[in-house]
Amino acid sequence: MQQLTEIRWHARAGQGAVTAAKLVAETALAADQYMQAMPEYGPERMGAPIKAFTRISPEPIDIHCNIENPDVVIVLDDSLLDIVDVAEGLVSDGAIIVNTCTPPDAIKRALGLADSITVACVDASGIALDTIKRDIPNTPMVGALAKVTGAVDIDSVKSLLEKTFGKKFGQEIIDANLASVDRAYEEVKAV
Amino acid sequence: MSKWDISDMGSWKSSQFPLGAVIPDAGNSRDYVTGGWRSMRPYRDPETCTQCLLCWIVCPDSAIRVADEKIADDTFNFDHCKGCGVCANECPVEAITMSPEGCELPGVK
Amino acid sequence: MPEQKTVATTGNSVVAEAFRQCAPDVVPAYPITPQTTIVEEFAKFVAQGRVHAEYVTVESEHSAMSACIGASAAGARVMTATSSQGLALMWEELHIASGMRLPIVMANANRALSAPINIHCDHSDAMGARDTGWVMLFAETAQEAYDNTIMSVLIAEDPEVLLPVMTCLDGFITTHSIDRVQLMDDESVAGFVGEYVPQNALLDTDNPVSHGNFAGLGGPYFEFKRAQREAIDRSKAVVERVGKAFSDLSGRPFALIETDMMDDADVAIVVIGSTAGNVRHVAKQMRAEGLKAGVVKVRCFRPFPHAELAAALSSVKAVAVLDRAESFGAEGGPLYLETRSALYDLEHRMPVVNYVYGLGGSDVKLELIRSVFDDLSDIATGTPALHGPMYLGAR
Repeated sequence: MQQLTEIRWHARAGQGAVTAAKLVAETALAADQYMQAMPEYGPERMGAPIKAFTRISPEPIDIHCNIENPDVVIVLDDSLLDIVDVAEGLVSDGAIIVNTCTPPDAIKRALGLADSITVACVDASGIALDTIKRDIPNTPMVGALAKVTGAVDIDSVKSLLEKTFGKKFGQEIIDANLASVDRAYEEVKAV
Repeated sequence: MSKWDISDMGSWKSSQFPLGAVIPDAGNSRDYVTGGWRSMRPYRDPETCTQCLLCWIVCPDSAIRVADEKIADDTFNFDHCKGCGVCANECPVEAITMSPEGCELPGVK
Repeated sequence: MPEQKTVATTGNSVVAEAFRQCAPDVVPAYPITPQTTIVEEFAKFVAQGRVHAEYVTVESEHSAMSACIGASAAGARVMTATSSQGLALMWEELHIASGMRLPIVMANANRALSAPINIHCDHSDAMGARDTGWVMLFAETAQEAYDNTIMSVLIAEDPEVLLPVMTCLDGFITTHSIDRVQLMDDESVAGFVGEYVPQNALLDTDNPVSHGNFAGLGGPYFEFKRAQREAIDRSKAVVERVGKAFSDLSGRPFALIETDMMDDADVAIVVIGSTAGNVRHVAKQMRAEGLKAGVVKVRCFRPFPHAELAAALSSVKAVAVLDRAESFGAEGGPLYLETRSALYDLEHRMPVVNYVYGLGGSDVKLELIRSVFDDLSDIATGTPALHGPMYLGAR
């Protein structure tokens, strides 16, 4: 396994990027890994572009600085592609996962990314609307992350979802979320 | 005297003082002689006094002496009377008068 | 050793957990970013009946510390939390708490001071309070914040000490980041901190006492301050003893200063708080590249471990001190002044340089730390050391 995986999340405030970053952190913990998850704090309001960060490592993590060269970038809202440099600092063999209906090769061209970078696209909002019945793309995006990078394990994600959501929600909502993770895992397309 | 003996406090070392400047005993203000602050001295005329005890109630320093539910003959505890004049002001029959201090008082510097 | 639960959560959340486990009688607090979630979570524990504390919602931090003082004098175990402007507003009460020898424990989420307004991490708030007579511990991680909080209760209440303790964690970096933390079970913490037996409790009506007394002109004020100095000097051994006991219980190390790779170090960085991790990370890289780099992390700032620091640094060729706070007009930042003073009596004095870094949450990039080690490497081989603090990464 890779020593340290650094993930940067781009989203709009209210889309659940922090919750997703936390879910990834807890999944990592379940796999006995070390993790950090930190939102970038500032004056925020619903809909404003925000960033969040996750580090995962099999070893204790010493560093406490911002992530400038992420291995993985996750974009929860494709309208951000026009206004934020989402690929900024991405490592040369990194991956970028976007919630969009646009195919990955078009995104790759639009962002002018090198061939060495993996671009993966999934209609997480569509999947969320189908399954959870609300546009909450964060959970399916974690499924896509599991498929594209292997940084988290799909089964751990699902068992953790079951455990944490089980305290708050009924079985129907849990099943919908699990289905959204599975579908994103299956449907994500990468180039 | 309170049970907290502070008679040689002037020679105490830092470790001998109670923690955090606490006074570890109640009622020790009796040991603190404040009569020397007085510039006006009260006098009670026993002939005019009706023994209503109002002066005893209002004295902020509890310096009016009472014996057998009556104002005592040696009315004022001059160790603690600061000469504020509240008693004279409140007396309904003007039995207490204030006059400038000037005499020698035992126990008061 | 009791079994511990490993969780993924924030620094503030584990400080709130430590508060609950230490079972304070009274917690007066006023919310301020980035401390807010500590008191929010603690208030929730009270509402849920998971801790039997009087949670007092006050109208300011001035009132919060005043209420802490009153409750502590009454004989309660008292805890609170604040940050930045809140700590600044408490300033006069900080002196009263220590002068009255009240063992209050306060978490401080380190944040910059206005102006201009900033909500992010630096140590200006705590460093501004460094001479208020409080014992001060600093955490590098959420784990240390949790551990320090529990230890603080026992340190504060030790009969040899009876002083308030401030336990500091870096705003946002530690308070709001999710980190991997081991938590003790409630019984183990309860057993460790024990029951608080107050001295001179106002509510002990069988033994009436008076607090907050006058010791003015001709009175023993000077002697009381001396007693306070003696108490904080004694607290050093107590911090070590409590740290050792907690280490034995938790399996996690504690020392007044924690050293990494110092045995054969040629150059060293002295640092406080979360940046210690960044420095350790870069020091390992520098080692791989041939520079004998070491790290000294100060975990207990008051009482300041002068002798330990001097011993740890005695054989290095150059030292850099990183300050996340200014001491405007002084020769350097607060940690630098302490460190340089600690090294004055060494037989062979080495160059000691100062870097002010990360003010207002300015990111502590690894290349900045690397540049400090590069400077140290030059100084150790004869380049003259620069005087006065250098602003690391500021334009």
